[in-house]
Amino acid sequence: MQPLLTIQGPEAALFWFLAPLSVAAALGMLLVKKAVHSALLLAWVMITLAIFYIAQDAAFLGVVQVIVYTGAVMMLFLFILMLVGVDSSDSLTETITGLRPIAITAAVGLGGLLVSLLGRATLGREPVGLSAANASGNVEGLAALLFSTYVFPFEVVSALLITAALGAMVLAHHQRTNPRPSQREQAINRFRSGSLAGAAGLPGPGVFARHNAVDVPALLPDGTPAPSSISATLKARGDVLDSGQFQLDNVDTTVVEEK
Amino acid sequence: MSIDNYLYLSAILFTIGAVGVVVRRNAIVVFMCVELMLNAANLTLVTFSRITGTLDGQVIAFFTMVVAACEVVVGLAIIVTIYRSRRSASIDDASLLKR
Repeated sequence: MQPLLTIQGPEAALFWFLAPLSVAAALGMLLVKKAVHSALLLAWVMITLAIFYIAQDAAFLGVVQVIVYTGAVMMLFLFILMLVGVDSSDSLTETITGLRPIAITAAVGLGGLLVSLLGRATLGREPVGLSAANASGNVEGLAALLFSTYVFPFEVVSALLITAALGAMVLAHHQRTNPRPSQREQAINRFRSGSLAGAAGLPGPGVFARHNAVDVPALLPDGTPAPSSISATLKARGDVLDSGQFQLDNVDTTVVEEK
Repeated sequence: MSIDNYLYLSAILFTIGAVGVVVRRNAIVVFMCVELMLNAANLTLVTFSRITGTLDGQVIAFFTMVVAACEVVVGLAIIVTIYRSRRSASIDDASLLKR
């Protein structure tokens, strides 16, 4: 007779403390507006799952979860988020009418189904626990399985990893169809584009303005603000100050000596 | 506490991930919700490994993590490629076949 699994007080306390937090973070992922916040909340969910793995005698998986998911995968997500930038797709307005009520109804149905299924299902035996399987260490036990029973799937998965890396390189590779314009051609195009305003290159944000912050538009020589000097990403986020207030007429020109 | 609570938590997280895939429009957020679903499935595997007293579930969860890493790499490359050609990361804008 194998010893029956009993979940002790500390693990129950850990579960009841972390499970609501992870569910709240997962819900927050759906509700927050910005994709970066979603990514951070997902990282938190993954960390709580890693803690659950360690609490469930899966120390190796817990560490791998932190390294692979919260380390590598979430970093990749944030990297791509910064690369792609923010645009209107971040907003929560629904584009297909009636999608949200249907989705929530279906979700309640699916969740209710899963939970009621789990509530009714019985395994036919009591939970055993991993103390026997982990007797010589969790990593050793996993390695013994991985390099005997599962050695073929292990090799297949390594082939999959290489294929995925190659596939990503092929997908991300960008081949130019026409040659890159030289500096000389760019200069000629600027002067022939009609207006001479940008002929000497567009000003950076904050040039001649009261502040040199990146959200403040540059002032052109005639004192008017140049909206084109601000990054499009900042405009999409709505983080730009009103450029009208930086007109030279409104600027206090009295010189104050600072010590 | 019964060990079933881990399974309930996993079911809830899976459901939330499924809603996110349907409701959100940013392709990267949709993709993160898919990751949430995979993680929920992993929690189930680890819990069942503990219930049955064998480590096979943990090995399969390990394989899931590797496959998820591959999926993230290729998926994000696809998102970047779509963004390059359509200048948008919204899943509603990738509708060339619809017209």
